[in-house]
Amino acid sequence: MKVLVAVKRVVDYNVKVRAKADGSDVDLNNVKMAINPFCEIAVEEAIRLREAGVATEVIAVSIGDKSCQEQIRTSLALGADRGIQVETEGAVEPLVVAKLLKGVIEKEQPQLVILGKQSIDGDNNQTGQMLGALTNMPQGTFASELVVDGDKITVTREVDGGLQTLSLNLPAIVTTDLRLNEPRYASLPNIMKAKKKQMDVYSPADLGVEPKAHLTTLKVEPPPERKAGIMVASVEELVDKLKNEAKVIS
Amino acid sequence: MSEYQEIIAQLRDTVAQICDQYAGEYWRAKDRAREYPGEFVQALTDAGLLACLIPEAYGGSGLPLSVALEITRAIHENGANAAACHAQMYTMGTLLRHGSDEQKARYLPGIARGELRLQAFGVTEPSAGTDTAGITTTATLDGDRYIVNGQKVWISRAEHSDLMILLARTTPRNEVSKRTDGLSVFVVELREALENGLTIRPIRTMINHATTELFFDNMPVPAENLLGEEGKGFRYILSGMNAERILIASECIGDARWFIKTATDYACERKVFGRPIGQNQGVQFPIARAYAQTEAADLMVSKAAELYDAGEACGAEANMAKMLAAEASWAAGDTCLQTHGGFGLAEEYDVERKFRETRLYQIAPISTNLILSYLGEHELGMPRSY
Repeated sequence: MKVLVAVKRVVDYNVKVRAKADGSDVDLNNVKMAINPFCEIAVEEAIRLREAGVATEVIAVSIGDKSCQEQIRTSLALGADRGIQVETEGAVEPLVVAKLLKGVIEKEQPQLVILGKQSIDGDNNQTGQMLGALTNMPQGTFASELVVDGDKITVTREVDGGLQTLSLNLPAIVTTDLRLNEPRYASLPNIMKAKKKQMDVYSPADLGVEPKAHLTTLKVEPPPERKAGIMVASVEELVDKLKNEAKVIS
Repeated sequence: MSEYQEIIAQLRDTVAQICDQYAGEYWRAKDRAREYPGEFVQALTDAGLLACLIPEAYGGSGLPLSVALEITRAIHENGANAAACHAQMYTMGTLLRHGSDEQKARYLPGIARGELRLQAFGVTEPSAGTDTAGITTTATLDGDRYIVNGQKVWISRAEHSDLMILLARTTPRNEVSKRTDGLSVFVVELREALENGLTIRPIRTMINHATTELFFDNMPVPAENLLGEEGKGFRYILSGMNAERILIASECIGDARWFIKTATDYACERKVFGRPIGQNQGVQFPIARAYAQTEAADLMVSKAAELYDAGEACGAEANMAKMLAAEASWAAGDTCLQTHGGFGLAEEYDVERKFRETRLYQIAPISTNLILSYLGEHELGMPRSY
């Protein structure tokens, strides 16, 4: 079984992001970049499937300019077998990403596609679902457990109020939630091996997609600073304030 | 260097993730109990990091020193300490450069896998530190083995090593024309030696550093464990010291960066009289100065490593790198402690522990005065001062 994993280059989760002075975007100058944590979980899950003998090949795909090859290389160092970069310029919105991924799926014919449920930069939480719709493949989003059984996959989903278990026919699309697994770190021998693994580069045209933007960013600004809290003297005072000042209970 | 840029970025991530698993409280507990950080060392071993310098043919990754030092620097930058295991990286260099093919095949693959720990280097004696040629431990040939008698001190990690590189006198000093002749290097299998005349005694110190003194009482070493030629050991030992100094300099840079970041964060967060203390130039400037000092020292570390990797002489640069980096880390440590005020002395901030730990590097592996003597004599051509 071939598994395709999508990885996105994002600002490292440890970095405190700042808006550019002109409000056009987040300031990425000299900022540490990393694989989106949910994508890292997706890579880990795919590698575990291969280690368990369920998957035969793991392909990591990323969409972006040349710099996203770093994240593909990291995925290869973690254990993916080969990489694909779809070369694009500037920001790419979820619908375009989904269309490009559809193109890669048509080329590679994977049985399973694993994506992060969302990326920590835009937090859109759209690509997996759009990809499901475009490819007409069944989808299991927010997975906290995956079990492949023949031509079916059982996905345990984290939903409001509990867990939902779905059985999907393969090929299928799965997006990962935080508790699916704990990603490993790359060992030095695997980092060395990754250098020699194959990485193909496609243009959107190779995949028959025209990356057309439907969204325009008007302004990027930091959220307002949180005001200092206050100490209340009693539960009565707290309830009173929640009722009459914050108006969150009645 | 560009061919390694990607590898370096990934290595730094891996080190950061390992250090994340062994954060402050792990080191505080080890420090209190004076315990060896075995779990941390095992994690580095499992990730193949300690085998970075061993050639690929023997199961390592065959990386140059300029990449290896990114590992040690990152360990310290992330608040951990590499002293418990850095010697596993470079001690094998003596074996690699001067051992026979048979000796290398016997030991290096095990060292690369981490099953064999070669991280003890038996040179210093109570009466001979930097004056290495003055050592009095002897190894006398007796049939197919040497019999070793004498004493060593400040031998780090001997209790956590399977193998040790040992320097001993094989020809008495009055029978050689140069005092640096007549010294030989051996690979000692420590587990066996402990039952045959070797005693290891730990020394408690200001920091949690597994150092010991060793006593040899008719300890046999098979003749086949002699490295290279008998009597030429002094030169073999010297050739390993530059790598050690450069790696340790990189640890100092890592410490300095940790201190500077910790001090900066605290200076921005801590408010006194209604404003962050970092707004005061009296607090801000020493941190900025330590930063400048650290970055300058790091350039010398890079230069020394580049020369080393190119196979060129780098004694002066390795020494200067170690001295400048150790002074930078000390300045940064002192500034960090001062920035924290009383909290700097509280164990839970980790500052006092790192402060104690980084102090070592002005003394070991060579003290600042001896570096200055070396520079005065060999680089500047002034009269020998000792």
